[in-house]
Amino acid sequence: MLKYTLKRLLLLIPVIIGITFLVFLVLSVSPGDPAVMMLGVEATEADIAAKRAELGLDQPVLIQYVQYMLKAVRGDFGKSWYQGFDVLNEFSHRLPYTLTLAVLSTIVAVVIGIPAGVYAAVRHNHMPDYIITFFALLLSAAPTFWLGMMYQLFFSLKLGWLPASGAGSWKAFILPIMSLTGGMLAGNSRMTRTWLLDVIRSDYVRTARAKGNKESVVIVKHALRNSLLQVITQIGVGFSNIVGGSLVAETVYAFPGIGSFLSAAVKSKDIPIVVGCIIVVSVIVGITNLVVDLLYAVVDPRVQLE
Amino acid sequence: MEKLLEIKNLYVNYKTDEAVVHALNGFTLDVYKGETLGLVGETGAGKTTMCLSTLRLLPEDIGEVVSGSIKYNDIDIMKASKNQMRQLRGAEISMIFQDPMTSLNPIMTVGEQIREVLDLHYPDMPPKKRDTRVDDIMKLVGILPERKDQYPHQFSGGMKQRIVIAMALVSEPKLLLADEPTTALDVTIQAQILELMKALKESFNSSMVLVTHDLGIVAEFCDNVAVVYAGSVIERGSIEQVFSRVKNHPYTDGLFNCIPDLTSEAKRLTPIPGYMADASNLPKGCKFADRCVRCREKCKETEPELQEVDKGHFIKCWYADERSGET
Repeated sequence: MLKYTLKRLLLLIPVIIGITFLVFLVLSVSPGDPAVMMLGVEATEADIAAKRAELGLDQPVLIQYVQYMLKAVRGDFGKSWYQGFDVLNEFSHRLPYTLTLAVLSTIVAVVIGIPAGVYAAVRHNHMPDYIITFFALLLSAAPTFWLGMMYQLFFSLKLGWLPASGAGSWKAFILPIMSLTGGMLAGNSRMTRTWLLDVIRSDYVRTARAKGNKESVVIVKHALRNSLLQVITQIGVGFSNIVGGSLVAETVYAFPGIGSFLSAAVKSKDIPIVVGCIIVVSVIVGITNLVVDLLYAVVDPRVQLE
Repeated sequence: MEKLLEIKNLYVNYKTDEAVVHALNGFTLDVYKGETLGLVGETGAGKTTMCLSTLRLLPEDIGEVVSGSIKYNDIDIMKASKNQMRQLRGAEISMIFQDPMTSLNPIMTVGEQIREVLDLHYPDMPPKKRDTRVDDIMKLVGILPERKDQYPHQFSGGMKQRIVIAMALVSEPKLLLADEPTTALDVTIQAQILELMKALKESFNSSMVLVTHDLGIVAEFCDNVAVVYAGSVIERGSIEQVFSRVKNHPYTDGLFNCIPDLTSEAKRLTPIPGYMADASNLPKGCKFADRCVRCREKCKETEPELQEVDKGHFIKCWYADERSGET
């Protein structure tokens, strides 16, 4: 298990190299010269050339990339081109906000989504099933930014219950969590329903009933535990999606996390911030996948790592 | 002899999207105490449906008992409360399922799965004693008790079937419904498993319904036999009565003609012509009329009742006394 974990962590390195290189490449071919954007359109050719040299933009992309990575491994993620602050230092302030948001959203999606899915499966083809499935479909069809704005309109503007932006108090977390959790909550309930229905029809669940088990025991101990493998996969994917989705939700709510940071940096082509953010998000997603794989082995005795 | 299970005129339907399937059509069967009854019939005849109805385990929203009654001792299965049914399942009536590969929970150790029955039905038994009981029953079915902490995927098919049997027998049930317990196994293991079940059944003095489509197994392991066709019992009698081939239902006759005979010179076997009646669109009269050599007008119009041709030998045919003639 330990050897496997270390191996998987080492495998993260080529993944990050690949992703960051791709980001460098895409940003270098996308229109807009950062030097021009920084100095303004009235700047002279000479000023722009000097600025490009200062930022290292006169070098080929590959060289820029290698130079950046060589610094990055030493813990130097550079400084923001526009605002001048240290990227790593800024991360240390912002990351806890995003992680809190992602973890709480995931918990909400699990605590509400999975029982809803179980209930829908148990009452398959009856009213509760139809109602849950309807709302799950509605929720998964609604985009995060739209949900975010609707919540703002309703809960902040109309009712005035919750702040529309910022992260000043615990109340400010509620709307971002509600917008972020929507898709995963819907996904959890739909997937749990589907997998549980599969398992409920299986022979060993019938065996469990034939032994004289109570229906609740049959569902939780025999059926649900067997669909847990897929549920865990779903939670892993959902968590990664939420970290990605924070880009939108944090922007809508002007929430001081990694997501709003990244979306602002992409617009201004602030490469040190963009690449830094991508590295952080990739590491989070990579570790999530690893945890999911490790959990497989805990849940299912048939799964052997390696 | 005393009746243990009494099924009377049972009608069971399965509702599918396309049609209503009439799985049991006036199924009538008594099982006596201590009896080993072979239940024979082709696939889709309703053998498994009968077992599931007895435990009231028909798939919810799909399978439905339309009419008829099932009585176990003095308990009316159709009217029993959920709680009462739970007390019966696993403790009084056990079922051995057809497919050992899928009948065990893949993420529970086999020991846990056997013990679960005791945990449910003998909550007062000291835990130590329950563990010993699990060890004992595992030894009985020929699996080392040391392996009880292993999972189903670590066992072979034959061993899994023994575990399923151990699970069904650990509470020493009064009635054992064995639904083709050996179909999934190869022939050498079949005999071992059947011998084992017979021995266990005798030591616990239970009754057993052995569902199979193998007449050879019936002849060897059962006291009595009931033949099922299109959802009803068409012949019931002792092994001697049925296998002596003096009086038989024409369908039973047909089944016997499908068995190769070592002493005869016949070049080909004689199959029963046609297919089993479509359970979603059953004929009005005798369900076997279309394929029957004795069929006359009356058979197509009205369905015969089970009638006693000898003491304890019942045949559901208007012309039960006739011979179909051996071929």
